[in-house]
Order: sequence, then C-alpha cells, then structure tokens
Amino acid sequence: MHYSPAPLHIPDGFLTLVVSLVCWVITIITLSMAISRTNKSLGEKQVPLMGVMAAFIFAAQMINFPVAGGTSGHLLGGALAAIMLGPWAGMLVMTAVIAVQALLFQDGGLLVMGANILNMGLITCIIGYGLYRSVSNGSRILKLTVAGIAAWLSVMAGALFTSLQLWLSGTSQLQVVIPAMLIVHALIGLGEAVVTVTALSFVLQARPDLLGENSESAKGSKGWVVAGIAISLIVVLLSPLASTNPDGLNRVAEDLGFINAAKSGAGPFAGYVVPFLANTSVSKIAAGTLGALAVLALTFFAGRALQKKSKTVNPKS
Amino acid sequence: MTNVLHVQDLHYSYHDGHMALRGVSFELCEGEKVALVGPNGAGKSTLMLHLNGILNGQGDVTVGDKRIARDNLPAVRAMVGLVFQNPDDQLFSPTVFEDVAFGPLHMGLPKDEVTARVESALQAVRMSGFRDRLSHHLSVGEKKRIAIATVLSMNPQILVLDEPSAGLDPRARRTLINLLRELPITMLVSTHDMKLVEELFPRTIVMDEGMIVADGKTKEILADAKLLEAHGLEKP
Amino acid sequence: MHSDVFDRYHETESFIHRLDPRVKVAVTVAFILSNALLPDGTWLAFGFAWLFLLFINALSNLGIGFTFKRSFVALPFALVAITVLFSIPGKALTTFHFLFWDLTITDMGLLRFLSILVRSWLSVQMAILLVAVARFPDIVHALEHLRVPTILTTIIAFLYRYLFVLVDEVFRLLRAREARSAAEAGARSGGSVVWRARVAGNMAGQLFLRSYERSDRVYNAMLARGYTGHLLTINPHELHRVDYVTTALAFFVILLLQLIGWL
Repeated sequence: MHYSPAPLHIPDGFLTLVVSLVCWVITIITLSMAISRTNKSLGEKQVPLMGVMAAFIFAAQMINFPVAGGTSGHLLGGALAAIMLGPWAGMLVMTAVIAVQALLFQDGGLLVMGANILNMGLITCIIGYGLYRSVSNGSRILKLTVAGIAAWLSVMAGALFTSLQLWLSGTSQLQVVIPAMLIVHALIGLGEAVVTVTALSFVLQARPDLLGENSESAKGSKGWVVAGIAISLIVVLLSPLASTNPDGLNRVAEDLGFINAAKSGAGPFAGYVVPFLANTSVSKIAAGTLGALAVLALTFFAGRALQKKSKTVNPKS
Repeated sequence: MTNVLHVQDLHYSYHDGHMALRGVSFELCEGEKVALVGPNGAGKSTLMLHLNGILNGQGDVTVGDKRIARDNLPAVRAMVGLVFQNPDDQLFSPTVFEDVAFGPLHMGLPKDEVTARVESALQAVRMSGFRDRLSHHLSVGEKKRIAIATVLSMNPQILVLDEPSAGLDPRARRTLINLLRELPITMLVSTHDMKLVEELFPRTIVMDEGMIVADGKTKEILADAKLLEAHGLEKP
Repeated sequence: MHSDVFDRYHETESFIHRLDPRVKVAVTVAFILSNALLPDGTWLAFGFAWLFLLFINALSNLGIGFTFKRSFVALPFALVAITVLFSIPGKALTTFHFLFWDLTITDMGLLRFLSILVRSWLSVQMAILLVAVARFPDIVHALEHLRVPTILTTIIAFLYRYLFVLVDEVFRLLRAREARSAAEAGARSGGSVVWRARVAGNMAGQLFLRSYERSDRVYNAMLARGYTGHLLTINPHELHRVDYVTTALAFFVILLLQLIGWL
C-alpha cells in the first residue's frame, strides 16, 4: 500500500525561519492550553482515548475514494476529531498525527512542523468545533449540515493559512498560490465534508451518548463559536481579496518586514504578466459568490449563538 | 490452607439493566488452579472484572486480607494479575520491555528493580530474548505469553486469565499449556477449551446466567452429562 | 500479516545504529536548521552538507545512495515555489510563451528556486535517515528527553502501537468493499462520487466506534496494571562517552558548514 504526501504538508526548506518560528510560538502556546484543559476534563481516560483516536484519524486518512481523473480524496480529520472528542483533545490528537506523518513518512518537515500543526491541527479544530458547537443543541439534520460546512471550511482555512505562510516566506506569489490552493482544496474539502458528515451520522445513530449532552463534544464553551466564526470570516473575506488585489497585501507585508522588497519583486508588475486566475472576471465572480454564501451562513450561526445566549440569560421560570 | 480470594454474594447489573451477576460466591485457596466455564453471556468476564476492582458490584471481594475498596485499588491490582482475552488490548506499549515494565513501574519501584522484574517475568514465560521486540511484530501466541508476563512482573498472588487459548494454533496452545502447568501460582482461568480444563485444572466452577451452578472436582463435573448439556457445555 | 510500509527502520549493525537516539534526533534537527540558515546560492556549503550526508549514509552501513534513492518524495511540492522563477527581479535568462502570456526566468529567480529545492532535498534526506537508523519507539523516548510533554509523546506512542491494528481493520473494510465492487459488462459502475464518499464515511464511522470501544478496553488493561491517571515512562537508554563525542563532532561540522556559507 502506498502512502503519498498530501498538498497541505509543507516540507522543510519552503518557509523562512521567521515564519516558522512565529507559527511555532502560536502552536506551542495553544498546545499548552490544550494539555492543561484535557487534563481537567478527561482525567485518567485521556491517554488511552486520545492515543487510540490518533491512530483512528491516521488510519481513517487511508480510506480514500476516487474523485476524478486519477486523483483521490481523503480525510484530513481535524473537524471530525474536534467534534467527536472536543476541541482541545482534537488538537492534541491531530498534533500527534501530524508529528508521526512528518517523522515516519517525511510528509511535512520537522522544523516547519509548528506551521503544519497550526494549519492542519489547530485551525481545522477551531473551525470544525466552533461552528458545530453553535448548533450542538439542534436537530440531527442541522448538526450534520453544519458539520459538513465546518469540515469544508476547515480544509479551506488550512489551505489559506498554508498559502499565507508560503507567501510570507517569499516562496510563492500570493496571487498564484492562493487561488491554486483554494481551488484544489475546494474539491478536497467537499470530500472531507461528505466523509465527516457520514461518519458523524453513523456515530449519532449507533452511539448517540458519545455526542450527547454529557459528552466532551457538548461541553466546550461558547468562546469556541466566536473563535470558529472569526477564523471563518478571515478565510472568507481574505481569500478573494488576496486573489484579486495582491498589491495592497504585499505592501503591508513589506512594511512589516516580512518580505524583502528586493526578493519579491514588489511594486507594479510591469514586465511580468500575472496568471489569468487573478485577473479575469471568472475568479472575481467565484470569489464573490463564495464570500456571499459563506457570510450568509456565518450570519446565521452567529445569530443562533447569540440566541442561545439570551435564552440562558432569561431562564424559564 | 490460606484463602487468597473470597467472593461473597456478588451482584451486578449493567447500565441497561441487564443483571450480569446474581449472587456469586466462592473461595480460592493458595496454589489452587481453577477453571471457570459456562456459555457466552454467563457472566464470566464480568466476574473477572470484579476481581481487581475495575467493576464494582454489590457484595464483597476480598483478596488476601484486603477487602476491595476505592482506597486500596492499586494494592489489589498488584495482587490480582488480570489478563484479558484480546492481547492487543493488553499490550499497549510500543515495545515488549515497556509493556512488561508498566506494572512494576506504576507500583513505584525504582528503575533497577523494574528492569530485574521484566527479566524474570520474561524468563517465566520462556521469552527472554523478546525484550526489545516491537509488540506489533509478534504472533498471536507470542502476544498472549507476553500479556501474561505483563502481569507476572507485578508478582501477583493470583493469575486471572480470560480465554487464554482462544485463537491459538495447536503448537502455540501446547506451549501455553506447558507454561500454565509450570507456573506455581494460584490461577482462575475462564475458557471454552474443555480439553484444557481436563488437562490442567483439578477444580471447575460452572457459571450460567449470572450464577454459579456447580463448583467441584473437574473429574466429577465432566462426568455429569446432564449438567454439561444443561449449561451448553460439551465433554472434551 | 501487517503492512510493512510503516516499518521504516532498517535493522543493521552500524556505528550510527548504536548511538543513543537523542544524538540522532539532535543532529537531524541541527542539520535541518543549518540548511535553513544557509543563504541562497551558497553552493559550496550545500555541497559540503551533501558530502556530510553521504558520509553518514555510509557510516550507517545502509549504502551511500540510501537516502538519495528515497529523496524525491517531496518533489511535487516544488510546484508551489515555481513562481519564484519569474517573480524575482534580475537578469533575464530566457523567456517563453505559455498559453497566453510570456514568462521570463531571471538568474536571481533561478538561484532562489534551486536553493529552496536543494535545502528541502538535503533536509528530507536527513529525516529519512533518522527513521532508518533509530527505531520509532526510541525516537519517542528521545523526544521525551528533549522535554516534549509526556502526554504528547504518549499519544504518539499509542498511535504507533495501534496504527497497525487499525490499518489491518481498514484493509479488511477495504477488501470487503472491493469484494462488493463488481462491474457488470455494459453498465457504468462505481456509483457517484458522493456515494463513494458516503461509503468511505460509513467505514470511517465504523472504524471510529471500534476504536472508541478498544480504547475502553485498553483503559481497563492499564487499570489492571496499576494506572491511576499519572503516566510514568521508563527509558532504557543511557548516554555514553561516544554519544557526547559524536554529537560534539557533528555540531562542529555543522558550524563549519555555516562558516563556509556565510563567508
């Protein structure tokens, strides 16, 4: 059986040390929080549960299905892990998976693992859980629909942040890497959504107690919803913006010192023709529709979350 | 003869209401080797999980001079070595050494002592060369013996085994039988393998529907055709 | 029996194999860091780094071309950096026509692109070597020593241990799916993508439940051996003088590489 590298796992050498370091700092801080939180909530059982679950995610990633023309989709698993185990445990589990992928298969580098964990382990869990949590008291259909959207968005978010890191390292051009990554992952994300929803549906039917009121899944605080929506908004607003108006972002990045002007060839791209994706109306329309749909959905979730809040403030007497 | 294990009127029902144990009582003396037989669903595994406090029903379980209670669970678990049916559940560490060391390590023993215990436990199951092997490379028979080693390293007073010969080919089964025969330790073994019962265990307890229906000399029980048939057992 | 694709360790007698795993992990990380620090276009330093790599290959008794043969695994990712060829200002080398626009490769662009590739190529080889000369459980021990939190290393250890068990189950599920994926002559088989994804999802759900229930049994097995929530680990490794000396020498060489690169 062949194990092949996936598009989101950044190898060593493609990110600058600065970018890599910043990602490590964010990752380490978040994981420290995750460790202390899971300690409190799961207690003794956490070790065997998270351990076997990590193996599950890894193994589940091998259940592939042919998509089109020789490519196959497969599960990333961040949203699924977070929904089933709770957000903090989900992050730890995904971290273990990413670490083993890097160490054992060189799928993802060692020095850039902080970035890979951030993209595929942390952000996916935040979005996956945050959006699901907003409807965790809702009907089965609602839960499954939201989980599907959350899974898709989590993959897109991972792709976006990966692109940003590559751009900030001067490895890729913003207006090329973002559309390329996002389009590829829009398709992969669909697969992720379907697999996540089906797996979730299976579990809801066979062992509803695992996702019920007393489960880890339901115990996260509302803060996750806020975080999930915030990151989703970033994905939704930044992606089309970055694809169609890279100059502004490039200038900001230069000011902050990320990109060396001499290296990236910033400024008007006079002598260099930019690939069509960023300039034609096709991409603008696509980005706009994507943005509109996502904003609609997110407004809906935000509304629900706020609604729940007011319900708890005025309890039934 | 000293009592190593005393189970008194044990009752237990699962969360879904199913009554798994309905007043089980028996005693084990030091050095006894006892077989526990009965159809599937009789409550054998449930009973075994009570012997080291993993499950907590109504009634008393006394190991040596300790009545099992929440505050003496670690001590009890060092005295009762429970080996589960599926060795993949029992061997959860990457290497054999770490798995066999887990028990003594968590008893608080110092590193040297732990290493010594690992060596002697592996020797007892005739697998001294397997110290550095990776668990997932072992065959089923090898895993089952290492699983026994993982509890032997705690120097328990009783060995409780759940279906030790299930899934073994004839050679591995023969190796296991020889091993069990040589271990000079009190043993309670649940099994469907009636030939094993006849060969190794002088005393047999028959369970059915959560109760003990017979407890006595193996020879006599195996000769009682009516008893065997009533409880889904066959003569070896 | 098991999928041997996950066994990356090559059992051989060699000086490198005998070293403490901490040394191997530390040198690997230092080497990758060194590559990242070397500026673009320092071909001499890259060359010496490669020689160092070949030397360790040979010292591991795995054949001097061991990592080279396996080093192209991450090559597809190079596509991501390809725009660098055209976007860095410098002397134009060649222009060519692609679809409806002109792309000009500059010398600085080529330099940067190749430097990225070489750094990646060198680093991935050291990582490949690491798992070939150190058993994975030992690498986990090394990580514990290097202060990675125990909960994480334990999850990783469990992952490794149960990976094979679960992969076997996945294979069985896949084989069952295969056995029922017949095609009738003349009819289009395979079902829609959505249907296929749903089947995959059901398999994932099935696997999840089996894993969850297994984790319960493993928990019981841990309890039966005295686990009370605080996990203890034992490390059968000890550092010897040869480990210290080797580490010092390796770090010295890496420092030399940096000097060559920066001067």
